[in-house]
Order: sequence, then C-alpha cells, then structure tokens
Amino acid sequence: MAMNEAATLSRRTFVKGSLAGLALAGAAGSALYGCAPKSEDGAKDGGAAAADEIVYSQCVVNCGGSCLLRWHVQDGKIVYAETDNVGDAAGLQARACLRGRTIRRWINSPDRLMKPMKREGKRGEGKFKEISWDEAYQGIADALKNTIDQYGNEAVYMNYGSGVSSATSRLFPRLANLMGGYLKSYADYSTNMMQSGMPYTYGDKCNPYDSVYASSMSEAEKSDLVIMFGNSPADTRMGGANIVYDFAKVREAGAKIVNIDYRLNETSSGHPDEWLPIRTGTDAALVNAIAHELIANDQVDKEFLDKYCVGYDEDTMPESAKGQNKSYKDYIMGTGYDMVEKTPEWAAPITQIPADRIRQLAADIAAAKALFVVQGWGPQRHNNGENTSRAICMLPILTGMIGKPGTNTGMREAEPGGILGSMPKGENPVKTAINCYQWLNAADHGEQMTAAKDGVRGADKLSTGIKFLWNYGGNCISNQHSDINLVYDVLQDESKLECIVVIDTVMTDSAKYADYLLPDAMRAEQMHMAANGYAEYYNGVVVGGPAQDAPGDAQKEYDIVSGIADKLGLKDDFTEGKTQEQWIEEIYKKSAEKDGNMPSWDEIKAQGHYKRELEPVIGLADFVADPAKNPLETPSGKIEIYAERLAENAAKLELAEGDVVTPIPVFDPGYLGYGSTTDEFPLYASGFHYKSRTHSSYGGVEELNQACRQQIWINDLDAQERGIGNGDKCSVKSPVGEMLIEAKVTPRIIPGTVGIPQGAWHDADMAGDRIDKGGCINTITPYHPSPLAKGNGVHSLIVQVAKA
Amino acid sequence: MAQYGFYFDSTRCTGCKTCEMACKDYKDLPATIAFRKVYDYEGGSWTDAGDGIYTTDTFAYHVSLACNHCAMPACMAKCPSGAIEKDGKTGLVHIDQEKCTGVGACVTSCPYNVPVLDDAKKAQKCDGCADRVAEGLNPICVDACPVRALEWGDIEELRAAHTGTVAGIAPMPSPDETTPSIAINPCPAAKEPGDTTGAIANEKEVTNVPA
Repeated sequence: MAMNEAATLSRRTFVKGSLAGLALAGAAGSALYGCAPKSEDGAKDGGAAAADEIVYSQCVVNCGGSCLLRWHVQDGKIVYAETDNVGDAAGLQARACLRGRTIRRWINSPDRLMKPMKREGKRGEGKFKEISWDEAYQGIADALKNTIDQYGNEAVYMNYGSGVSSATSRLFPRLANLMGGYLKSYADYSTNMMQSGMPYTYGDKCNPYDSVYASSMSEAEKSDLVIMFGNSPADTRMGGANIVYDFAKVREAGAKIVNIDYRLNETSSGHPDEWLPIRTGTDAALVNAIAHELIANDQVDKEFLDKYCVGYDEDTMPESAKGQNKSYKDYIMGTGYDMVEKTPEWAAPITQIPADRIRQLAADIAAAKALFVVQGWGPQRHNNGENTSRAICMLPILTGMIGKPGTNTGMREAEPGGILGSMPKGENPVKTAINCYQWLNAADHGEQMTAAKDGVRGADKLSTGIKFLWNYGGNCISNQHSDINLVYDVLQDESKLECIVVIDTVMTDSAKYADYLLPDAMRAEQMHMAANGYAEYYNGVVVGGPAQDAPGDAQKEYDIVSGIADKLGLKDDFTEGKTQEQWIEEIYKKSAEKDGNMPSWDEIKAQGHYKRELEPVIGLADFVADPAKNPLETPSGKIEIYAERLAENAAKLELAEGDVVTPIPVFDPGYLGYGSTTDEFPLYASGFHYKSRTHSSYGGVEELNQACRQQIWINDLDAQERGIGNGDKCSVKSPVGEMLIEAKVTPRIIPGTVGIPQGAWHDADMAGDRIDKGGCINTITPYHPSPLAKGNGVHSLIVQVAKA
Repeated sequence: MAQYGFYFDSTRCTGCKTCEMACKDYKDLPATIAFRKVYDYEGGSWTDAGDGIYTTDTFAYHVSLACNHCAMPACMAKCPSGAIEKDGKTGLVHIDQEKCTGVGACVTSCPYNVPVLDDAKKAQKCDGCADRVAEGLNPICVDACPVRALEWGDIEELRAAHTGTVAGIAPMPSPDETTPSIAINPCPAAKEPGDTTGAIANEKEVTNVPA
C-alpha cells in the first residue's frame, strides 16, 4: 500500500503514510470512544443485543432509499444502529449506506439547533438571538396574516426542500390552505428539465417517478446490452433499499454494460472497460451519431417507428410539418433545418469520443437482442436538458426496444408506487404556480414574471412577488439553489421578500437567511412513519420511535405548525383535535385497509417494519402490446419524436437570447454548454452526487467528511498544465463566483472537464471576499433558468482552476 | 483450530465505505480512527488522438480492509509486551488493553495499515467483532454492505465456497508476509500485489488526515 508512490508495496512506505496520519489524528484531540458513551455498566452491546431497546426508524433524506435503521437504545439514548437484517442476506434488505450508518453523529451533534431564534444581523450573516416559542409563533403568525392581508395569498410560498420524508412532514401547505392557499410550485431540482421535456415524447402523464414509463432495474437481467447515460446508482442511490444491489445482479446476469459519463463513476469502478468517457453535456450529440449509423446501415426498426411513433421520417409527420424537411431523419442525415449530417466524425470532437468507438457502439446496439437504455438525472440537469433527455430515449425508440422483455424506454428505472398515505393537506384555492427554481426571481421581481417568459402556470402572470417564504428541512435558499452570491444580494432588500421562516436541525447555509429560525426534532426523536423510498422495486412501511428525546427546546414540526395555527385561531382546524401519534395511527389504518395486505396497527407497531417484493415491470409494455387500447397521452396517442405541440408552444415563448426549443430532440449546446469556454474560463465543470452526502444532508458530519474528502476531480493533463498536484488546494472561478477546494488529480475524469461533488456546505465571508472555503458548487453556478422548463440546468458551467 | 476471516468481492465493491462507517458507529470511533478502511487504487493515462479526441486505459477499483487476522500476525510477533493474542477457537487477533504499553510496534510492523494508537497511547484495531461473533452474528461491517460484497466465516470454507479467490490484490502486499485470513474475488481491474502501474488515490482518507 505504497501511498501514492506507485512503488513496490513495501512495509516502509505504507507505514510512513500511516504514521503521518496518526500524528495528525492525535493533534485533532478526539478521544477514542468519545462521541456518545455507551452504557455505564460496561455491558457490551451488539452481541448482547437483548440488553438494548430496539427502535425502528429510517434515514429520511432524499436519495430515494429510505433505508431502515434499527436503533440500539440504552437509557433513552441511541448508542448505535443496525440496519435491515430480516430475511435472507442475499434477498431484499433495505440496508442503510454509509450516511445512514452515521446519522447518530448528526442526531447527537453539539451543533444541533436548540432554541427558537430571530435574526439580528444581515440575512446570510448567521447572527441570531434566542426568543421563546411563544414569541416565534406570534411573530410568524402575524407575518403570515399581514402578508395575506396586504398582498394576497400568491405572496406566500413554500420553498422546495427534500431533507425530510415522513407521513407527517411538510405540513405548511395544510396551514396555508386553511388561510386561502399559497403560490404553488412545479417540478423539482432533481429532474426539472426531464419533467418538462419528456411529456412531449411519451405523453402528459410521463414523469420520472413511476412504473409505467420505465422498466425496473431488475428487468435488465434479461438484457444483453445495458447502456447507461449519466446513471450511477453507486453514486446517487447507494443504500440497500436502492438499486445499487439490483445493478450488481444485472452485471452478474451477463449483460454487456456501457457506462457513458464524464467520470469513471463508482458504478463501474472495478470494471473500467464499461466506461465510455464523454464530454459533459454532449450526450445528445453521441445519440445523433449513433442514430446516423443505425439509419445509414438500415438498422432502425421502421415497422415500430411507423406503427408507434410520429415524426421519424416523412411517412409519419403531422400535416402541419409535412414536406418541410422537419423530420428526425432529415435532421440526422443532413437534410434537416441545419443541413448538417450527424456522422460519427461530426460527433467526435464534440463528445471527445473517437468516431470508430461510436461506430462500434452503434453496431453493438444494432446487434442487441434486448437493449436496455437508461439515463440518470445528470444529463438532463443542463441548460439543454429538455432535449438531452428526449434524445437519449431515441435509442430505444429507433431500435423498437421498448415494451419488450429486457428493454427500457430510456428513462431512469421504474419506481414503485407507495402503499401509505400522508397527512391531508387540504385544497389550495390558488392555481398559479412557478417552477421551483424560479423562487428567487419571484422574490426579486415576481410582479414582472409571465407565462411566456418565465414559465408561470395557471395564470398569464404573477400578481405579486413572494413576500413570505417557508423553508422546512431544505437547503434551496442558497446552498442547493445556484449563484449564492446573487441570492445574498437579492435577499438583502427586505422590502421585497419580507419574512423568511426556516425550520431545521442544524445551521445550514440557508438557515443563515432566516428571519425566524426554529429548531426541528429529528425523525428519530419522534414517532415516525414512512413508506419505502422511490428507488428499489418493493413496497414497505416503517413505524417507530421516538428513540430518544430531542435536545434543548427543539420541537416536532407538527407541534411547531400547530403552535402557529393556534395564534391564528386555527389550531383545531389544523390538528382536528389529534396528536401526531394519532394521525400516524389513523393514516396507517386507512392505508392498511385500502391495501388489504399490510399488517394490523398492533402488528406493525410491534415489528417496526413491513416489506414485500414486487415483480419487475417493463416500461410502456401496455402501450406496445395494444397501442389502440392503451394510447399515450400525446395528441397523436403515439410516441412523438416530432412533437407538433412543442412547435406550437415554442412559438409562444419569449426566450432568452441563444435559448432554443425544438420539436425534435436535437443537440443544442445550450447556455454555458459545449463551445462556450473562453480564455478566462477554459474548462467545463459539472457537479455530481457524492457518497458522503445526499445533496447537502449529512454535510456537517465530521466522520463522513474525513472518510470522503471534498475534492474537485481534475484530469492529470489539465492539472499538469496548471501545476496542480493531487491534494493541492485550488481556486475555482466561474463567471459568478470563486471557491476553494482540494484537488483529486485523477485519470478518472475526461480531459477538459472538472467534476465537483455537489452539496458541500458553503463557507464564505459574504460581507468580505465571498470566496467559499467549503467547496460548495452553487457558489459558482449561474442562475439561468433553462429554455423550456425554466429549471436548474446548473451542470452547464465553465470555470478556471488554479493552484491556490 | 478454526481460522475466521473475511471474503471480499471486489467485483461488487463500489467504494461506498458503508462497512467503514458502520464499524465506526458500532465501535464509537472518532473521525480520525477507522478499524476498516477502503483503499481507492487507480491508474492509467490519456492519449491525445488529435482534434480534441482522447483515448484512455484508466482503471480504478476499491479494496476494503479490516484486520486480516493473519495466520502469522506480524503485530503479534513484534509486540514487546505480549499484548497481542490469537484466539485459540476462532483465530481472531486481539489486543489486550491491560498489557498494551503503547510502543507502537504493531503499528509499524503490520503490512496492512491496521493497528493505530489512540490518544491514550493504546493500540486499537478491528477485533472481528468478537462479541457479535460469539453470539453467532457476523461482524457489523459484513451485515452492513449494501451490495453484499463481504462475508464472514471459516476462511477455508469461504475459499471453498468461492472459487478463484486470492489473498491479496494491489495495493496489498504479498500474502506471503503474514498469511492473511482473507479471500478476495478479484475484479477485472484488479492488479497483482507489487503492481506499479497504479497508486492509492485516497491517501489522506486512509491515513486518517482530518478533513
């Protein structure tokens, strides 16, 4: 284990590294066994588990897993966690990943918020004074009431956040709806462009979170060729309740795997031959060249295209577009609007993939008996993401590899439906909605935002800017939004967004912008109930807790919202006279009755969790089996390669200069995409999900930050040019900001692009130089809503990197 | 005497470190001490094929290592105070905290970077979760792995159950040194012990340098 010396593995070099580390470890002063003492009587736990109380709960952050935690509790304190150990180890077990196994450090952290607080300094400065719960409830109730009285309900907004999933979480809508409603939001930061683009191809009901428009990962066991675009379960969905284990079994079933990514991601670590490196944001160019080869070699499934699709060639173009060379085939073969033939030689310099490698991949696709194409959510998180998501789906469409065993639609894998209800939110009388990414614009100049220019839905324009913002268990005010420096500037004007309420467990960067900051109890500190996550293909429920008491004056979200409702004279309406525990029991019983197979309430309380496996599904199987009986929700009822509706809608849009919306899925680089680098910013940059965090959740856990260092990935060639060595501290600058981060100099990333793990906690002197020392990528991502979705295409980014 | 040990399937390991963190949680270890560590071994280079197009032979894989409970433990041989013992029934190697004098001979002699000295100058390391094993359970890391890349048991039985295993891949040293009780299913990228084409890419992480 010669540390970085690539030498013979002598004991001496290994030990040298070890000793260096230990010296520093000692300097850090952490006492062994110092974090949370186990029982005083010295009884060893673990094996002697009978002595411990076992309490069931879940990791409730948003990777999709919702993995199981079996708390071992002694004297009212969590001492350690086990995870799902029920059933055969080789079978379905919702095993928590490294994050879930570290959540005790978060729960018992000295950094937990303990008291309700009111802002004292500037927004973003993080200065607060303690207040009583009564003062907090009254102040927030007054602000909410005044906002509605003065500006109307459209001025009230709940910011996007996904850090807590529970049957009784995110309760603000229920209160706001009792007061006449609030400005709604649509889409999310995960799949924003895909949610906007894909319905034009597969129909209105197509979304990334269901089991109709995609196949489950296990279905790929029947495939002979699995092609992944920006899809790395081992980086994004790592727990045992996620598909990372399903994927391992797919590989072992024998399919050839092609993993297309700008990084050699962890899904293909150990299997580097699976990696096809590509320049970030150019997936659609690769698809174009593959399509060219399939068409040129007469390898498309013309029968499928004629029967199930619209717009492949003139044969199926809608009347409005016939005879105008607007078909997909025209575009690919060089007779379309740009008159450019999309050959592998055309794609090679764009994608950085050699033309012969593209030809080989096209030949493999043509030869596949069951092609499983699946995209993650990274490719669409670009400013050309609406087109990219649709373009990737062209591979199964062109080959007719949809709706059949071992195939997929090109979407990310299917997700099971839930079997559990949640606390009813009531009806929102306000119909106006903004894209969740547009909240900052709506706070800044909402009254100028329109449907045509800004994607306002349900109305032609907004009647007011956002004046009251509620932010629960989320970090999308700053850390997980974009252009944090802009956020800071916009929010300084307190005449615009007048009141910000943040509820969280620790001082996140978003929390620093709160006018009222309220300490939340972790779900382990209250009765918690939630279903399985939205990843691996099974159904389940967990009920349990509290495992221990919340620290200080931290309160359950349910009690916080009830307290505010009380000041508004709405407590009885909000609670209906029930405690959270009573709601959970009622929700469970109703769900169990509807489901018919779930255990009784007494049984689930005793056993803590329930799960049942589901059979794999094949995406669009019903449509392919009988398209007349099961048409898609497109105007034609078919797969719309050319979306006439999109052509019509695009004509009504007021697009920013350079933005493009097209009825067929083309390769357009998009804002800060391919070709946008400059002498000042000569590198492309992209964020990626990192093992130590789910977004920014767990970002404050020291143990994870040590074991998984926050590092920018930079290719040896780019690093050499800049005199950067592995482990060096670097400055990364974009057109909007600068941050400091350690370098991982590695061949695992394509030259010309750097990769930054997203979600690290922003750490800058905002009144001073604003240089982020935390390595938070949203310090440097510009705020430029994408053309069609108006979403967060933040992986389109250009930077310069220098040794700091 | 039985000899217990770990089976590690490097074809499945994604380097997620759930094993490492589950251990840290159960053993209540601070950020800078880990009894199980995951090594990222990487190598390869890029060739400019002109026109901005590149080719590469990059490889990367992970090795998750706790104590290998060696048949011939170097730590035990070098300990001047006789504090390191090998259990007669299980073959597990453990450090007697009463006898340990903290001279660190085990730290420098172990070829696998396993024992560490804590702030109290006592040597610490993976004990194979002897308490759990005594109860008929697996070490906590084994039951934690999301992709079931770890197994535990009599090492000879594990070797019989999994054909084609080896007792070392780079960056591990040759198993000849201490006869480690480990059976590894090598991934396609795996290199032989002594390989010089790659390097440990996460040195600071595995030497417990604070972030």
